[in-house]
Amino acid sequence: MDKAGIVYKTVSEIRGPLLVVEGVRGAKYNELVEVRLPDGREMIGSVLDTHEDKAIVQVFGRTEGLELNASVRLTGEVVKIPLSNDLIGRVFSGSFEPLDNLPPPVGDEEREVFFSVINPAAREPPSEFIQTGISVIDGMNSLVRGQKLPFFSEAGLPHNVIAAQVARQATIPGKEEDFAIVFVAMGIKHEEFAYFRKEFEETGALNRAVMILNLAEDPVIERIIAPRIGLTIAEYLAFEHDMHILVILTDMTNYAEALRSISVAREEVPARKGYPGYLYTDLATIYERAGKVKGKKGSVTLMPILTMPGGDMTHPVPDLTGYITEGQLILDRELNARGIYPPINPLPSLSRLMKDGIGVEKVGDEIIVKTREDHPDVANQLYMAYAEGVKARGLARIIGEIGLSERERLYLKFADKFERKFINQGVYENRSIEQTLEIAWELLAELPEEDLIRIKESNIRKYHPKYRSKQSLS
Amino acid sequence: MQEAGRIIRVNGPLILARNVPRARIGDVVHLGNEKLIGEIVRIKEDIVAIQCYEDTSGLKPREPVINTNEPLVAELGPGLLGQIFDGLEFSEIKLHEVYGPFIKRGVKIEKLDRKKKWEFVPKVKVGDEVTSGDVLGIVQETPLIEHRILVPIPLETYKPIEGKIKEIYEGKFNITETIAVIETKEGKTLNISMLQKWPVRIPRPYKARLKLEEPLITGQRVIDTFFPIAKGGTAAIPGGFGTGKTVTLQQLAKWSDADIIIYIGCGERGNEMADVIDKFPKLRDPRTGRLLIERSVFIANVSNLPVYARESSIYLGVTIGEYFRDQGYSVAIMADSTSRWAEALRDISGRLEEIPAERGFPAYLAERIAEFYERAGRVVTYGKDNRVGSLTIMGAVSPPGGDFSEPVTSITLRFVETLWALDKELAFKRHFPAIDWLMSLSKYHAALRKYWERIDPDFAALREKAISLLEEASKIEQIARIVGEKSLPEDQRLVLLASEIIREGFLVQNAFHPVDTFCPPEKQARMLRAIMEFYNLTYPLVEKGVPVEMIRGLKVSFTVPGRESEEELSLIMLLERMKEWSDVGKIDELRVKMKEAIRKLAEEYGL
Ligand SMILES: Nc1ncnc2c1ncn2[C@@H]1O[C@H](COP(=O)(O)OP(=O)(O)OP(=O)(O)O)[C@@H](O)[C@H]1O
Ligand SMILES: [Mg+2]
Repeated sequence: MDKAGIVYKTVSEIRGPLLVVEGVRGAKYNELVEVRLPDGREMIGSVLDTHEDKAIVQVFGRTEGLELNASVRLTGEVVKIPLSNDLIGRVFSGSFEPLDNLPPPVGDEEREVFFSVINPAAREPPSEFIQTGISVIDGMNSLVRGQKLPFFSEAGLPHNVIAAQVARQATIPGKEEDFAIVFVAMGIKHEEFAYFRKEFEETGALNRAVMILNLAEDPVIERIIAPRIGLTIAEYLAFEHDMHILVILTDMTNYAEALRSISVAREEVPARKGYPGYLYTDLATIYERAGKVKGKKGSVTLMPILTMPGGDMTHPVPDLTGYITEGQLILDRELNARGIYPPINPLPSLSRLMKDGIGVEKVGDEIIVKTREDHPDVANQLYMAYAEGVKARGLARIIGEIGLSERERLYLKFADKFERKFINQGVYENRSIEQTLEIAWELLAELPEEDLIRIKESNIRKYHPKYRSKQSLS
Repeated sequence: MQEAGRIIRVNGPLILARNVPRARIGDVVHLGNEKLIGEIVRIKEDIVAIQCYEDTSGLKPREPVINTNEPLVAELGPGLLGQIFDGLEFSEIKLHEVYGPFIKRGVKIEKLDRKKKWEFVPKVKVGDEVTSGDVLGIVQETPLIEHRILVPIPLETYKPIEGKIKEIYEGKFNITETIAVIETKEGKTLNISMLQKWPVRIPRPYKARLKLEEPLITGQRVIDTFFPIAKGGTAAIPGGFGTGKTVTLQQLAKWSDADIIIYIGCGERGNEMADVIDKFPKLRDPRTGRLLIERSVFIANVSNLPVYARESSIYLGVTIGEYFRDQGYSVAIMADSTSRWAEALRDISGRLEEIPAERGFPAYLAERIAEFYERAGRVVTYGKDNRVGSLTIMGAVSPPGGDFSEPVTSITLRFVETLWALDKELAFKRHFPAIDWLMSLSKYHAALRKYWERIDPDFAALREKAISLLEEASKIEQIARIVGEKSLPEDQRLVLLASEIIREGFLVQNAFHPVDTFCPPEKQARMLRAIMEFYNLTYPLVEKGVPVEMIRGLKVSFTVPGRESEEELSLIMLLERMKEWSDVGKIDELRVKMKEAIRKLAEEYGL
C-alpha cells in the first residue's frame, strides 16, 4: 500500500465482522479503514470503538477468509465519498466500487457518509403532491415531496412491482422538473434486481438513476454503509443541483439484520428480538435524511421497502420504521390472494403528510390548489365506509350474509366494489387524481347521503353525482 | 495553558477520559480539538465517563478534555419566546443563519442573544428591600407576554437571598448589562443582569405547593369533558406509531389556555418540527387573538441528532418552564416522546455495562421518570407578592409494538394522574383523537367539578351517563359481532345508536377542521346536553315499542349554518354535525326542534 496513513499488521481478534487491531494510537471514531488480505483482497471498514492502544473496526466486506495476517490502513479521515453530478447513470457496489466498468468517480466535493442532519429550523415542510397514478396511494395515502413513506410487505407480495410503478409514474401534475432516482439494493435477490433494471431500462429511467447494489450474495456488513452512500448522493444532487430525488431502499429488513450481527459480535445487551437498543436511532439517521430545505429547490423523497418477518407488524423493524417514517403503505396477503393489485390495504396504511399536500388551501386571500377541494373529505369518507364494510364482511363470515342488517349488507357490497374498482388497477394504468376522485364518488354515491358524514355539505352539492347530473340537466 | 484530561476511549457517543481535573458528576466538559460538549456521568478512580451531546465522528484517544467546572445550565431571560432550540439551548434559527442547513460538529454560538436590546421597566426603587423571587422589573418580550425579571437565587448556594436595592436602571439593555445592584444582608454587592442561569437537572425552588383546581382547557372534547387535566397536573399519552400522539400534543400546544407553551420534540421527526415552526407564527390564540408564537418556546431535538442530547432537551424544557412558572404564569409542557429519552438512558447504561433491568433499561429509569413528572405542580413562588404559577407536564410514550406493558409505559403510568390511552383500532378507523374511552382516565374530575358546574350544573351527571352508555355499547357490540345487529333487542339498538352519536358527534374531533379544531367549554357542555337529551327522550319511546329505525329516520326542518332556508334533514346527521357549527345558539335551536320531532313521533304511536 503506497497511500498515506499508517498501516498496522496487528489484528489480534476477528469476531464476526469485527477486527480488533492492537497498538493503534488514536484511531478516530468512524475513521475510514482499508483492509488488505494476504490473498490480495481489499475491503473498507470503519472504526466503531477506539481505545488508547487498540481500535475495533467493522469491515464492509465478506468475512469469510478474514485472517489475523491482514494489513489495516487507517486513512486518518472519517468515511467520505466524492460527489459530482456525473454519478447519475452509474452503478456501484454497496461500498462504492464501480460495477459498470467505468473508472472510480472523481468529485467536485467530498461529503461525510455517516453524519448528516438537516437542521430542523432549515427544513421546508413538505407540501407538494406527487401523483403516482395509483388510486389507493393518491386518493387515500398521498405522497408528497420530501416525505419518507415505506412499503411494509411480506415475501411473495408485489412490492417491487409497485415501487417500480411509482418510480415510473411519479409526477407533479403540471410540472416538468429535473428528477433522478437513487436505488439502493440491500440483500435482495438477483432476479429482483433484474426486474428493477429491466423496468428502469424500458422507461429510460436507467440513465436518470444512480444504483448502489448489494445483492443477496454480497457481503452482509456492506449493507450498513450502502444506504448512507445512496443518501449522501441524493442529498448532494437535491441540494447542490436542485434535483428532485426519489430514493428507493430495499430491503430494510436485511439492513437491520446486518446491524444486528454487529451488535451480536459486540456482545451488546439486546432490546427486542436480538436487535440492539439503538435500532430506532440508527434507522432515524437513515430515514430522516429525506426532506426539503428552505431556500433550495430540490428534494429527497424516500421510499424504503421492508418485508415483515412472519407478516408481523410489531416486529422491531417495521415497528421502529413506523415510528420514524411519515406513514406506511401496507401490503395485504388477503387482498393479493383475491387478485387485487396493488394489494395495499388502506385501513392500516397512512400518509401523515397527505393533509399538507392535497385539497385546496386558503392562505389569507390566496387560494392554493393542490389537488381538489373535496379530496380530504372523500379520503376520510372512503376510509370510514370501507372500515364499515370490512367489519360487515367479518360478521358475515360468522353469521352468514343473511344475518346481516340491510345497512351492513350495503356496506359489504361497498367494500367489495371499492376493492375491485378503486384499489384494483393495472400495473401500467396511470390514473390522474381527477380520475381517482371520480371513481371514489361513483362508489360513495351508492351509500345513503346522510351517511356521508365526513364530507362537507358544499362538497356533496358540488361533486356528488346525484347533484351533478341535476346541474347538467338544468 | 489550561489543565486538561485525556480521552482514552471513544465508544460512539460515550467517551472515557483519564485525569480530568476536579471532575464532578454533572460537570460540562469540552472534548477534543473541536471542543464537543459533554457531561460527566460516572467517575471511577482517575477515569471518568462522559456522555457527548454532539456527533463524535473524528474524535480520538489522546485528545484533550477540558473541564468547564460548571453543570449543564439553561440560560434564562428575554429572548426565549418564539425560539427553536436544540437540546443544549443553541438556537437552530441562528445555527441555520450562520452554518447553513446541515448541523455541524463543535460549533459555538451564544445561547441567548447577547446583542439584542430590551426595554427594561423597573418595578422597584433604590432603597427597597427585596428577596429572591421579587420582580425587579419587566420587559415586554412579546405583545402577549411580559417577561418578569426576578431577583435571582444564587447558584453558589441555591438559597434565596435578602437585600436592598442599591441601584436600578431604566431603558434599553442587552441581557448581560447590569440593570440593578443589590446589597445583600451579608453585605455583598450583586450586579444583576437580565440573563440568569440555572442548572437543568435541579428543580427550581418555590415557597409552597397548592392544590390543583383549575382545568387546563384544551378545546379537545374527549380531553376536557371526559379525561381532563388540571393546571399543574401530569398526563401521559401512550400509543403505537401513527395513533395520534404528536397531533394531540400539537393541538394542546395550540389551543390550551396556558400562558406559556414549551414544546419539546425529543427524538422525533424533523418534518414535524418544521411543520410546528411553520404554523405557529400564523395561528392565533382564540382567547387573546394574539399569535401563538408569542407565548411558545420550541425545543427540537430530532431523532437523528446525537442521542444523549435527548436527555438534555427534556431537562432544558422543564427548566425553562419552571422559570416562567416562577414569574407567575401557567406553563404547559409537551414532551414528544419521553420514550426516546428513556432509550438514550438505556444506551448510556448499556455502554457502561451496567446491569440492566427489563429490556435493557437501567434500574434507575423509574426514578428518572418520577423526578421528571414531579416537577409539575401549582405553586406559590418566591417573592413578596406570593404569585401563583403552575407547570403542567404532558408526555408522549411510544411503546414498542404498541404494547403498554413495556417498561417505559408501565413506569410512566405509575407517576401520572391523567392517561390518554391511544388505540390502534380507533386510529385505523380514523376515529381521531384515537383516545380509548374505556382505558383512559383522569384523577382530576373532583377537583374540576366546580369549574364545569358554573357552565352547566348537570355537567358531571351528563358526562357520567355518557360514559356508561359508551361502556354498555361496547358490551353490546361484542354480542352484535357474533349475532349481528339485526337480532339485538330494540333498547340495545338504541344504546348503539346513542353511542354512535356520542362517538361521531362528540368524541371524533378533526384537528384539521377549521371550526372543530378548537371547541370552547361552553360548546362542549351544550353538545353533550343535546346528545344526552336525545337518548333520554327517545329511550321511553323505545321502551313502549317504537322501533329504533323510526328514531334513526327522524327528520327536522332546520336551517344549517351557512344555508339560506330551512330543509328537512336527518336529526341524527345534525347531531353528528353540530360540532362543525361555530354558532353555539344553533345547538339550542336544534334541541328545541329535536324535542318537537320526538314528541310528534310519540303522538303517532299514541303515546
Ligand atoms: N385529532 C386528529 N384529527 C385528525 N387526524 C388526526 C388526529 N390525530 C391523529 N390524526 C392522524 O393520524 C396521523 C398520525 O398521528 P401522529 O403523527 O400524531 O401519530 P403519533 O402517535 O405521534 O405517531 P409516532 O409515534 O409515529 O410519532 C396524523 O398524521 C393524522 O393523519
Ligand atoms: Mg409522533
